[in-house]
Amino acid sequence: MDIVEVERLVRRYGPLTAVDGISFQVGAGEVFGFLGPNGAGKSTTIGMLCTLLRPTEGRATVNGFDVGRQADEVRRSIGLIFQDPSLDNYLTAQENLDFHAFAYDVPSFEARERSNELLEMVELADRRNDLVKTFSGGMKRRLEVARGLLHRPRILFLDEPTLGLDPQTRGHIWRYILGLREREGVTLFLTTHYMDEAENCDRIAIIDHGKIVALDTPSNLKACVGGDVVVLKTDDNAHAEQEIRARFGLESETRDGELRLEVPRGDEFIPALVRGLSGRIASVDVHRPTLDDVFLKLTGRAIREEDASSTDSMRQMSRIWMGRGR
Amino acid sequence: MSGKRVRANLRGAYIVWYRDVLRYWRDRTRIAAALGQPVLYLFIFGTGLSSAFAVGRGAGGGAGLDYVRFMFPGVLAMTVIFTSIFSAMSIVWDREFGFLREILVAPMSRTAVAFGKALGGSTVACFQASIVLLLAPLVGIPLTPSLVLTVLPLLFLMAFCLSCVGIAIASKMRTMEAFQVVMNFFLMPLLFLSGAFFPLTGLPVWLEVLTRIDPAAYGVDPIRRAVLEAAGVDPAVVRAVGLTLFGETVSTGTEVVILGAFALLALTLAVRWFSAQE
Repeated sequence: MDIVEVERLVRRYGPLTAVDGISFQVGAGEVFGFLGPNGAGKSTTIGMLCTLLRPTEGRATVNGFDVGRQADEVRRSIGLIFQDPSLDNYLTAQENLDFHAFAYDVPSFEARERSNELLEMVELADRRNDLVKTFSGGMKRRLEVARGLLHRPRILFLDEPTLGLDPQTRGHIWRYILGLREREGVTLFLTTHYMDEAENCDRIAIIDHGKIVALDTPSNLKACVGGDVVVLKTDDNAHAEQEIRARFGLESETRDGELRLEVPRGDEFIPALVRGLSGRIASVDVHRPTLDDVFLKLTGRAIREEDASSTDSMRQMSRIWMGRGR
Repeated sequence: MSGKRVRANLRGAYIVWYRDVLRYWRDRTRIAAALGQPVLYLFIFGTGLSSAFAVGRGAGGGAGLDYVRFMFPGVLAMTVIFTSIFSAMSIVWDREFGFLREILVAPMSRTAVAFGKALGGSTVACFQASIVLLLAPLVGIPLTPSLVLTVLPLLFLMAFCLSCVGIAIASKMRTMEAFQVVMNFFLMPLLFLSGAFFPLTGLPVWLEVLTRIDPAAYGVDPIRRAVLEAAGVDPAVVRAVGLTLFGETVSTGTEVVILGAFALLALTLAVRWFSAQE
């Protein structure tokens, strides 16, 4: 059985269509990723699946429950970890967990045992009685991971789980997240705009302008780019483009002053390319296709990671969580 | 609603209430700071004004009533108004710092959350006002058990009503900046119009109308009646400074009903507006 089923889901904010009729399924135990730039509709989709936003049209079920009509059942089935913290800074780590356990009706003996185990796992056991406001960003995120798992959810939603964290902490968080599937058998549904993080997923949906433009395994997605990606800079890109077409029969395109083309064996092609071009070549780069290249090929735009500054994500979050476009 | 759902919602309301009380109890500086203002009003403002403001002097030929004792119930009301509305409006902070989301995705209804929050605000406000009530003997009001038993439920009802008002406002409020606006254009008028600092008699019509639609006025008046009676003030003087509706003195029972109606209305609005947010 698919644990998440989404059919023609639509969400509008006034005249803006944030999610535009998307459909997909997520299998139990899968690590499923949503990849796309800010404002593509990732967080809005998660908001609807978590019962925080009402879908404008279409339907979605999570763990077999309808997100509109069976909100409480859906909520009991899911755990959430968001890009910005949702902890009470003036309570201790343990009290934050206790609040959660009580709200989700976890029997107290079980909650005690479970929170010990989870605090151990995220290496916060010795800080359990400290106020959360004394925690670093990475510690808070780890505490949220523990809290999100406390009530044994079938599926864990992670919305940009490592946004704004330093690389070392990001790696740390990811080790927990990937260990979870083995330990807990939980399905993971995450959004990210970090390409390297998306590589960890079993399947990825690439989302842009509220629509899913591709959905497959990372390796299949990369296979849709024809072989290797060659990027070169020359003094006269337009002339070089003509020469490449004439000599090698290859189409290339110019983007941001760089010429990009796809060839099956990039390493063998470069010497021929360098010999075949009459103008001066400033630089040549060849690499195996990345998800960045896939996104560029599918949408004609790059996912610019610098886009996701924290103020942007704040603004986006505030639009989504705080009000309907007000 | 099924029994399971009712139970989940009761748990939800309880844990939201518990968190507010726990946070209040932990924050001793807040308790002390919130006590500072009433003390300031009572002993400096009150003592200073009592020479210029001889309330009810001569009415009924009694000895009159000094201003500090007159305003003591007002200071209790002030404590309740500020504490309950600010506690309820911590929803805005919770939204800003993200904890609101943890509450909103928990398997409990928005009604349960709003109700728990309202009870949390009223508990905290009532507790805070009780501390102020302990100052009563210092201004010549004996703290009899019957006075405490009369005043506490009234304080609680007023606190509940205002907490609901606070939740309703917080649900509509999107920015922290709006807070100052609410403070200046809503909270202060609510306090001034409640009769906390001057009797609501012999006012110009426009002001009289405004004071009669202030729910806090129906809390201040019965508390004042109880306090002044306990202090042994001449009943005629008490009546002279009491609230009137259409020229008639309003009984404590009627005031409780009116305050209850306001509370019900505010609770309805609070639940509706809080539930409407996404």
